[in-house]
Amino acid sequence: MKLFTKDHEWVVIEGDIATFGITDHAQSQLGDIVFVEVPEVGRKIDKGAEAAVVESVKAASEVYAPLAGEVVAANTKLVDDPGMVNLEPEAGGWFAKLRIAAGTDTSDLMDEAAYEAFVQSL
Amino acid sequence: MTTATGDSPLHTPLHDAHVALGARMVSFAGWSMPVQYPAGILAEHGWTREHAGLFDVSHMGQAFLVGPDHATTAAALETLIPAAILELAPGRQRYSQLLAEDGGILDDLMVSRPTDAPDGWLFLVVNAACKAADYAHIAAHLPAGVGLRPLEDRALLALQGPEAEAVMVALGAPVAAMKFMDCAPMTLLGSEVHVSRSGYTGEDGFEISVPAMDAMRLWDALLADVRVKPIGLGARDSLRLEGGLCLYGHDIDTTTSPIEGGLEWSIQKRRRIEGGFPGADRVRAELAAGPARRRVGLAFDGRQPAREGAEIAAKDGRIVGRVTSGGFGPTVQAPVAMGYVEAAFAAPGTELDVLVRGRPLPARVANLPFVPAGFRR
Repeated sequence: MKLFTKDHEWVVIEGDIATFGITDHAQSQLGDIVFVEVPEVGRKIDKGAEAAVVESVKAASEVYAPLAGEVVAANTKLVDDPGMVNLEPEAGGWFAKLRIAAGTDTSDLMDEAAYEAFVQSL
Repeated sequence: MTTATGDSPLHTPLHDAHVALGARMVSFAGWSMPVQYPAGILAEHGWTREHAGLFDVSHMGQAFLVGPDHATTAAALETLIPAAILELAPGRQRYSQLLAEDGGILDDLMVSRPTDAPDGWLFLVVNAACKAADYAHIAAHLPAGVGLRPLEDRALLALQGPEAEAVMVALGAPVAAMKFMDCAPMTLLGSEVHVSRSGYTGEDGFEISVPAMDAMRLWDALLADVRVKPIGLGARDSLRLEGGLCLYGHDIDTTTSPIEGGLEWSIQKRRRIEGGFPGADRVRAELAAGPARRRVGLAFDGRQPAREGAEIAAKDGRIVGRVTSGGFGPTVQAPVAMGYVEAAFAAPGTELDVLVRGRPLPARVANLPFVPAGFRR
C-alpha cells in the first residue's frame, strides 16, 4: 500500500514496516540534490516530525515522518550519492524504514490518485 | 522593457524565449526571471565553467550619466563612489559601490567610459533590486549640468565561460583584442551594441547591452552556437559564489563597509588619499587600522552546505560571525560559503565551526575565490 502526504512524502506500508521518501514531484521542484541527512537507526520519530534533511543547490528542506515509529533502517547510500533522490525518488532514493508505532492513524494520507489530484491543484 | 500591469512581475524582452525553453520562472526583484532551465543548476553551472553560458540579465539597471565633459561627470560621480573615475580611460570599466554617509554600501555597480558616446558620458549598470533607489539617490546628489538618463529600452545579455570569446568572434564581434574590464561599441547582427569583457561568474566572458527590440535575435543567434547553452539565476548564484563575488543585499549591504567586504582593491590610491566620497572617514580609518570584521571564504570537510544566516563560532563556542552566502559548489564538489567574522578569525586556515540546525559543522577560513578566475587580463 503506497500512500502520500501533503508535504510530498511517499510511504509504502508492508506489515508493521513503513518505507518512506520524497515524491517525484518533490524532487523535480527541489532540483539537483547535493546533500541528504537520513535519521539514525533506533531513533523514535513522531508523525509529522522532522525525519531527514534534503538540500538542493539552492536550498535546504525538511522531510517529515509520514507516520510515527522507530527507525529500523536508513538509506546511508544517499549520503555519498544524493543525486539518487533525483534519479529514483520513489525507489532507490528511499530515506528510511520505520517500525510503525501501535495505533498509528493513516486515514489522513492520500492514495496515488488523490495525491496526483493534489499536485495538479497546486 | 515590457511593463506589466498591477503587481505581476515585469518581463524582460527575452521572457517568451525562457518559457519556450522550458525554464522555471521565478519572481526576482520584481521581475519574472529563469531560475533554471530543464538541464538543471548543476549541469548549467558545469557548462558555463567548460564552454559558454548565456544569461539574460536584462532586469539590471542600465543608465547614462551625462555631463558637459568627462572631468565634470567623473567629479560628480566621485562624490558618490570611492573609485577613481577621472582617470578612467575611454573603453575601460571599473567596479565600485554607492556609499552612504556612514560608509555602508547602498549598492554595487559597474562604471564604464564608452568610446562611442560623447565626452562626459558614463555608462552605469546597477542591481535590479536597487535600481529605483539608486537612480533617486544619484539624481538627488548631482550638480547642475549633470543628469542621469536611465535606459529602459535596452536588454543585457551575459555570455560567460572559456568559449565565450570564440562564440563572439564567430558572430563577427571584434572582441579578441579586448582585455578584462575593457568595453567597446560594436555592430553585432546589424544592432548597435555595447560590449564589456566582464561578468559575474569568475570566468572570462562578455556582457552585451543591446536594444530591447534586437535582444531576441541576438539571444537566438548566440544559442544557435553548439558551444552555448542558456543558464538561469540559480547557476549564476553558484558560479559567483565559487568566484568569491559579492551578492548585494547578502554579502554586502548598508551595514557593511567596502573594507569589511574585502573590496579595498576597488578604491584607487588617489581616492584613499583625497577622500571626498561618502563614508571616507570610516573607509580611511579601516584601511589604516584594519576593520573590526572581514568577509572571508569558508571551506568544509563534509558535503553538508551551510546557508545564509548560519552563525559562525570560534572553537571555544563563542559566536564570531555569520554566513552571508552559502551552498554547494558544483565545480569544487564541496560546500562553499562566505561570511563575516571578527578580524582575529579572518586569517586563511583559521579553524571555526558553522552552526547548522544547531550542530557545529567544522569549517576553515579559505582564500577567495574557490575556483581560479578565468579573466583575460
